[in-house]
Amino acid sequence: MSQTFNDKLKVLQKTYMKMGINVSDQIYQSIKAFTENDQKLATEIVNRDSKVNDEEVDLEKEALNLIALRQPVASNFRSIITLLKASSDLERIGDHASSIARETLRINTESRIPEVNEAINQMALKIRGMLESSLDAYVHSDQEAAKLVAQEDILIDKKFVLAKNLIVSEMEKNNDKIELATIYLMVVRYLERIGDHIVNLSEWIVYNATGKIVELNPGKIEPELIAKELKNNPK
Amino acid sequence: MTSILKTENVHLYYGEKEALHGFDIEFEQNEITALIGPSGCGKSTFLRCLNRMNDLRNNTTVTGSFKIGDRDIYAPTTDMTELRKEIGMVFQQPNPFPFSVYDNVAYGLRIAGVKDKKVLDEVVEKSLKQAAVWDEVKDDLNKNALSFSGGQQQRICIARVLAVKPKIILMDEPTSALDPISSAKIEDTLLELKKDFTIIIVTHNMQQASRIADKTAFMLNGDLIEYNKTSKMFLNPDKQQTSDYLNGEFG
Repeated sequence: MSQTFNDKLKVLQKTYMKMGINVSDQIYQSIKAFTENDQKLATEIVNRDSKVNDEEVDLEKEALNLIALRQPVASNFRSIITLLKASSDLERIGDHASSIARETLRINTESRIPEVNEAINQMALKIRGMLESSLDAYVHSDQEAAKLVAQEDILIDKKFVLAKNLIVSEMEKNNDKIELATIYLMVVRYLERIGDHIVNLSEWIVYNATGKIVELNPGKIEPELIAKELKNNPK
Repeated sequence: MTSILKTENVHLYYGEKEALHGFDIEFEQNEITALIGPSGCGKSTFLRCLNRMNDLRNNTTVTGSFKIGDRDIYAPTTDMTELRKEIGMVFQQPNPFPFSVYDNVAYGLRIAGVKDKKVLDEVVEKSLKQAAVWDEVKDDLNKNALSFSGGQQQRICIARVLAVKPKIILMDEPTSALDPISSAKIEDTLLELKKDFTIIIVTHNMQQASRIADKTAFMLNGDLIEYNKTSKMFLNPDKQQTSDYLNGEFG
């Protein structure tokens, strides 16, 4: 009986990893669709989002069953709670990726803001790196690695502020690009939010290892940090 | 929190065989401490050391320090009747004497020479109330205790222990022979009783330990593996062995 608990836990952990990899791909695809204004791809992504949601619901159902039927405690309990909480963060990340695809579908002009496209590509690249490191830290139950991932969120926050500044100055220069610029603003905002959810993933990895609920978001721990970072390192 | 019972370097031998391998546990006043571990790990054996029940077994040697307050439980001058009044015990199977509820609960006081009917009446009522069984037996105090249900019998036995005003109550799986409703009643009773008494309970029911115990001690093969606050034990124990045992992943 106890063997099957571990077996089931392993299956759920695999599902979680699969979800994580899919979500990373979703971010890649949605950014590609946005920067290349690929409406067909954006439509596909929006239609596919329900898949991640279904996976999350299945994982939740299984985890709740395990809690109700097996009454796990100690490390088994923490593993299940971590799966439940972290998978819902992954699901939110997937939602944001699909929101980016929805924004893409709102674009009704051929004109672009190339330097912001570049900034968005950079942001997405960094975010996917963080997400993959986070999945790695989860597999190895490596809370130190998870904390390092969380610290990187300050770079995402900084890239967000810089991209926002670029977008605003574009709005000031080109009145005809205001509508497009609002779409750009939404996209960088979604990317910034994805960074916060990746920080949450790290917090659950720490909970899994230690039983402690911690705040790892560098911008929340030290609200002045972004301003400092921008002042010391404006690029 | 004040410590009420302190044990140090506890060893117990059955003849040549060492069954408890030397550990320390300190019990706090007005707390419930649960002793858990697989069968044969020594938890009942240890429990019985605390009021010298092992003295009754041949070929058994207990060493180490056992102190209630400043007094050495194993001092040659210890009066065993006094000790077991001070440290009472409730067993796995309800074991009322085969006579009336009233006589069961009054038994200890009568042995101690109390004859005043008024005093006995008061103590019987108070003890049965504390054991949360008064309402169920008050109209049948002269009925044979064995005619009640298992759960009621167990609470009558608890009342019998309470009547002599112990400081500490030892319980050896007091609910394992009872159905879940009766068990829940006993658990509620224990949570009330800890306001006035200190309770040390051996249990095989992990959820019971997590529901009622302030601290939990996990024993394995005669060793104390971990002794911690129950909330810590069940969320984030220090030892992997503890986590494995609590999740039933042993062996």
